[in-house]
Amino acid sequence: MTANVAGPLREAARWKKAEFAFWLLPVAAYFVFPSDLALLSQIAITALFALSLDLILGYAGIVSLGHAAFFGTGAYAAGLLARAGYGDPLLGLAAAAGVAGALGFVTSLLVLRGADLTRLMVTLGVGLVLFEAANKLTAFTGGLDGLQGIEIKPLLGTFAFDMFSRTAYVYSVAVLFAVFWLARRIVHSPFGISLQGIRLNAARMPALGTPVNARLMAVYTLAAAIAGVAGGLLTQTTQFVSIDVLSFPRSAELLLILVLGGTGSLYGALIGAIVFMTAHHLLAGLNPQYWQFWLGLVLIFVVLFARDGLMGALRRLAARWASRFATRRRVA
Amino acid sequence: MLTVLFDGIAAGVLLFLISVGLSVTLGLMNFVNLAHGAFAMLGGYVCVGLLNRLGVPFLATLPIVMLVSAAVGVLLERTLYWRLYGATHLDQVLFSIGLVFVSISTAHFFFGAQQQPLQLPPMLSGQFHLPGGLDVGVYRLFLIVVGLGLAAALQWMVVGTKFGATLRAAVDNPRAARGLGLDVDRVFVATFALGSALAGLGGALGVEMLGLDPEFPVRYIVYFLIVVAVGGSGNIKGSLYASLILGICDVAGKYWLPQAGAFFIYGVMLATLVFRPQGLFGRVAAK
Repeated sequence: MTANVAGPLREAARWKKAEFAFWLLPVAAYFVFPSDLALLSQIAITALFALSLDLILGYAGIVSLGHAAFFGTGAYAAGLLARAGYGDPLLGLAAAAGVAGALGFVTSLLVLRGADLTRLMVTLGVGLVLFEAANKLTAFTGGLDGLQGIEIKPLLGTFAFDMFSRTAYVYSVAVLFAVFWLARRIVHSPFGISLQGIRLNAARMPALGTPVNARLMAVYTLAAAIAGVAGGLLTQTTQFVSIDVLSFPRSAELLLILVLGGTGSLYGALIGAIVFMTAHHLLAGLNPQYWQFWLGLVLIFVVLFARDGLMGALRRLAARWASRFATRRRVA
Repeated sequence: MLTVLFDGIAAGVLLFLISVGLSVTLGLMNFVNLAHGAFAMLGGYVCVGLLNRLGVPFLATLPIVMLVSAAVGVLLERTLYWRLYGATHLDQVLFSIGLVFVSISTAHFFFGAQQQPLQLPPMLSGQFHLPGGLDVGVYRLFLIVVGLGLAAALQWMVVGTKFGATLRAAVDNPRAARGLGLDVDRVFVATFALGSALAGLGGALGVEMLGLDPEFPVRYIVYFLIVVAVGGSGNIKGSLYASLILGICDVAGKYWLPQAGAFFIYGVMLATLVFRPQGLFGRVAAK
């Protein structure tokens, strides 16, 4: 039995050529856009954040309107730790992951109750409560002025964060890749497969012996921790925490990025982040209000006509290409 | 004390007017319409535009506001919303967030980012004092009377008329209702139009209390969702009670405990969702 079942799964888990090629992009970007590394690190951080949402939405099917809660918690955790004098970046990330993960674990108990609609409102509510908390506890978080005076020590004791964001970029991309590798392992593991089963039919999974609630809590906690890491990265690379990290628009934008890229493939999250952030950078400079208008239109369009996002479009393109290739070979 | 209560009731009635439409689309038609606040904003802008640019008297703008909101509601329902009736909640949320973004920038484009001024007619402004230290704002009193009147009319419509019976049938079991020859689609369009019209009216009446700027749909959507969550969706009486409680708590909280901010309200919403997902006044969904 193991051979029959594990064969295709192992095949799906194997790294493809296109994936290796994809990961050469950030390396190339370092040399091609040396003056835009600050923006590129932002993209990597957003990609990491979108990746965490993909784990719960694309794989486990948990809808969330408040994922920024964990991003913001991680950002503040890393910021407060650094301000207290513990400015080591990796320590900060560990703290961000720990605190956000703990919050994710606690709130997962709320999320388990109820279906989509309740989950939407509960996650929204948790996000709002945290935003209000950060807003009111000015002594602790700096309120609307943001958390200032963060000093981050050199990475691994050697690489200082420079003004050209070289360290920040390499650091962000390295963390993104490490987490991506981990997430990729997880979604191809039996645990990850069971999550997809839960998304497709939550009522049937218990019959296969899957503890649905425990699995959902586990993945929600994990996704919260990853979002926390993304938040921590943002704090460390910008040396500042704005209250925006917890705001509702950030959660909504994240959903948009993921849906634009395509859910349930991990790469969709990365591609969505790249496209969204680049478009934002290019268009928002022209006129911020128009940007939101087009954003809304694109969102409506994607929902109505292109539900599988850019990743789906790429896949269709690849399939068409492959079939044309096959026919040509047959003709020859 | 009584003044706070009075202002709270006025705020609650306003919330009720705006969110009752959401309660209907969400509870009865099972559509998560986060863009509901955009209809209220539309109503506000139509009212302010007519008043300030064309000099139409305030009370005369209200019927126009309702008509315009209803027309836009029907237009969007027929072109866009109906495609998503059977879609997942996630798709509906994304779609309506997109609509919110578009509405925000459209409002920006035509009216700018600033708060819109609203000059109330002398008949509705000012306040009078009652014995016992109660200050009654004339406009607040007007709001309460209009709101409660509409609530009663709505309740009568749903419970006492043929349209209400059709609506309840269409919602409880659309397939059986179709089988009986009821035109379910048309009922939904009419309901959507009514909900939009009420939201528009609420937005127009609320310019004075809630303010009006392009961020309106995002700022208040939470309140509307809380009303629906606490009141139990698709329940007119429940929405009214929930709006009144929310309005009074909000005003009282801002008055006596400004430090606590919105915690209390969010807390109530979360507790309700977790312990009574059908709402405080809702019945258990029979699905």
